[in-house]
Amino acid sequence: MDLFLDRVVIGLEQGAIYGSVALALVLIYRSTGFVNFAQGEMALFSTFLTWQFWEWGVPIAAAIAASMGVSFLAGAVIERVLIRPVGDVEHNALALVIVTVGMLLALNALVGWIWGTEGRRFPKIFGAGTVDIGSVSISYQALGTFAVLAVLLGLLYLLFQRTKLGLAVRAVASNAESSSLAGIRVGRILMFGWGLAAAVGALAGALYASELSLLDSNIFFQLLIYAFAAATLGGFDSPVGAVVGGLVVGLVTVLAGGYVGFLGEDLKLVAAFAVILVVLLVRPQGLFGRKQVSRV
Amino acid sequence: MTLDVTPVEPRGFLRDPKRLAVRVVITLAVGALLLALPHIYPRFRVEGQFNVIITYAIAALGLNLLTGYNGQISVGHGAFFGVGAYTTAILVGDHGWPHFATLAVAAALTFVLGVLVGLPALRIQGLYLALVTLALAAAFPLVVTRFSSVTGGTQGMRVSRFRAPDWTGLKDYQWKYYVLLAVAVVAFVLVRNLVKSRVGRAIIATRDNETAAQVLGVDLSRYKVLTFGISATLAGVAGALSVFNEPFVNAEKYNINLSITLLVAVVVGGAATIFGPAWGAFFVVMIPTWLPNRYPQLSPVLFGGSLIVLMILAPGGFLGLVRQASGWVRRRSGRRSSAGPSPGEGHDALASA
Amino acid sequence: MSHLLEARALTGGYGPVQVLRGLDFHVDAGEVVVILGANGAGKTTTLRALSGMIPARGEVVFDGRSIIGRRPEAIVRFGIAHVPQGRGTIADLTVEENLRVGAIIRRDREVGADIDRWYEMFPRLAERRDQAAGSMSGGEQQMLAIARALMCRPRLLLLDEPSLGLAPLVTREVFERLAHVNRELGTTVLVVEQNANLALEIADRGYVLEAGLIAASGRADELASDESVRKAYLGY
Repeated sequence: MDLFLDRVVIGLEQGAIYGSVALALVLIYRSTGFVNFAQGEMALFSTFLTWQFWEWGVPIAAAIAASMGVSFLAGAVIERVLIRPVGDVEHNALALVIVTVGMLLALNALVGWIWGTEGRRFPKIFGAGTVDIGSVSISYQALGTFAVLAVLLGLLYLLFQRTKLGLAVRAVASNAESSSLAGIRVGRILMFGWGLAAAVGALAGALYASELSLLDSNIFFQLLIYAFAAATLGGFDSPVGAVVGGLVVGLVTVLAGGYVGFLGEDLKLVAAFAVILVVLLVRPQGLFGRKQVSRV
Repeated sequence: MTLDVTPVEPRGFLRDPKRLAVRVVITLAVGALLLALPHIYPRFRVEGQFNVIITYAIAALGLNLLTGYNGQISVGHGAFFGVGAYTTAILVGDHGWPHFATLAVAAALTFVLGVLVGLPALRIQGLYLALVTLALAAAFPLVVTRFSSVTGGTQGMRVSRFRAPDWTGLKDYQWKYYVLLAVAVVAFVLVRNLVKSRVGRAIIATRDNETAAQVLGVDLSRYKVLTFGISATLAGVAGALSVFNEPFVNAEKYNINLSITLLVAVVVGGAATIFGPAWGAFFVVMIPTWLPNRYPQLSPVLFGGSLIVLMILAPGGFLGLVRQASGWVRRRSGRRSSAGPSPGEGHDALASA
Repeated sequence: MSHLLEARALTGGYGPVQVLRGLDFHVDAGEVVVILGANGAGKTTTLRALSGMIPARGEVVFDGRSIIGRRPEAIVRFGIAHVPQGRGTIADLTVEENLRVGAIIRRDREVGADIDRWYEMFPRLAERRDQAAGSMSGGEQQMLAIARALMCRPRLLLLDEPSLGLAPLVTREVFERLAHVNRELGTTVLVVEQNANLALEIADRGYVLEAGLIAASGRADELASDESVRKAYLGY
């Protein structure tokens, strides 16, 4: 029983991280209809940046904030310079996939070139202790991760529902043409969306590395697959869905890895794949997504 | 090396005997060059580059059918390639089958798998399919590792070499080259005929407009699943042939990078063109060898970067560029001679000349 | 007196296809002007060229300033609001959010008061203020699209086929509201229509577009009584 509860806690903790990467995917998908295949490697780069700041003696919280700022700017520039010239997703989906896949390869190699391919020790953001609740002990790390995700979700809710900027983002996501006729500078909104996604990715990456106490250029690709599963399950256009999807995927993969002997630790990813496939077949819009009306 | 890239309408060059002659000469020249290559170049080039190009070209040919002509984006064809490779490796290595016999098994197995993936793909649109296939490609090496008692896992397994029969008088690497080339030629001819057939038109119509194709009475699901099956088969055969060339398999050889490489070959060469995949395979194998090797870690950076630049400047890939250039030159020469509209089909005269 | 909007030798189209082949027309402050024409004559293209949605050439002067070649986001800031054909509303936002988007370029504090005013004029919108725009009927959406465009307090309203897909009674209601807005607020209106009867009823002047050129122009009552126009566009 204790083992089960421990696994639930671990699953939720990992799920929170998957959910935050999924959140980054959703932020871009909502405004452009595009799935960013480079999201994981962008987060990898940001996390190495965080590590670098920390290594230079900056407190870890400040290092994360600085990295999020840089990532925001970089994300906005990437949209303007690399993504927008390729065209929109309706007509140039294949070219966009190739561009983001190119970014995936390039960023991963760039990280290896700058910081080397051996793993780095990453600090525990919230300290190393645990809290005992009944028979279950929950690490500060897990509690901190949940708290950060809750705050992040709350801030995003305020941004989207309570500010002019958030209203503009939602308007562009729904109807870019009418939005630009209303005076919204659509290009800037798209840059903002990519920037925001990159910043959220930076935060998610730091949580991930902190949970593992390790930063390594090979681990973020799998993170992307889990985030895909989370976003697919929640619905690619729903931030709340991304987080709920992340928690479920975290639980499912950890429990499947723990109890389905056939899968084991190695094949946890297969469980995530199964989640993606089943959701797309049974309920393509996900749990919280709007039903897509196919345009002809 | 110039391949004939011209999808000329038959009527076009039949009406123009001069162009027919040019085509014949070029085809013969290219054929002769391809046949001569393994006698011109040393073993490491033939085994390490040319044979790899051929296997990638066959796999990309299959992926092009699916992604280029049918519009279903797959980032997971490396998995089919891997299944083909393991089929040959296990049958030859553990069961002592002759190499050629394994090709049929690899083809049949990957066709079935392709159909099995193609069925759910019917309900999965656009980028979501890219995402699912990416996840599939990511899972494949893990599955291989999980069953390492059969597959050898990350350690890999060695297979007996594919030797040239005595009657040929060829060295092993030359024999491998000719076998691979022969399969590739057959595959290209088959795909070319398929694309030009009624079935091919239905496949393309499905990509261009599903609703319209449906209205025209095209049975969408059958063609989409069939395309997936054929596409996977070609990738599987290519994978099997790769074991002919290099008798060693391990889990990491068939990771996500292979899937990406195949997709890149399709797009870089020119999606939805017959010879695009061949050019694309040529580029993805050769470009890394041309890049300065002073900082070998940087070569993926340059590779990824050049992909991005290519998609921004020439989304039609290499053959798209050739086409643009030839159109430009033709317009210029047309204006100079002020002969009015260029005669006949005029399609890509320069690309083949 | 100079015109509020004046276009000279306006050309434009999609890629290599030139739809407009050199238009000259003007709109005076306070007028309702209608552009008539068959399908494909270039009516929608004219409005899209004016609001910067497609590349256009020639001369377009609005209130003494050239606006040709500017982006839609900039042109709306000059005081020209465009209600595009069909999908004028932002389907996933609520009615109220649509109105707020319409006022997004404004910095003053009277946005709330304006919203209330439009709720008064279009009570149906008030009833559905928290409903997603996309879930409303075609007529309601068209009224919302117009109200949203008016939220930026434009001096010129461009309207693209407001009657498209609406029942005749609903169309009449939309046009009556339009005439009301023009009278009460003094908003100048340039409307493109295939439904010539209704449009000419509320318009002061009109232009007839044929294959990208202006084929006829004049006062609305003149056009309505002109035999060739009547035969071609009014159907009697």
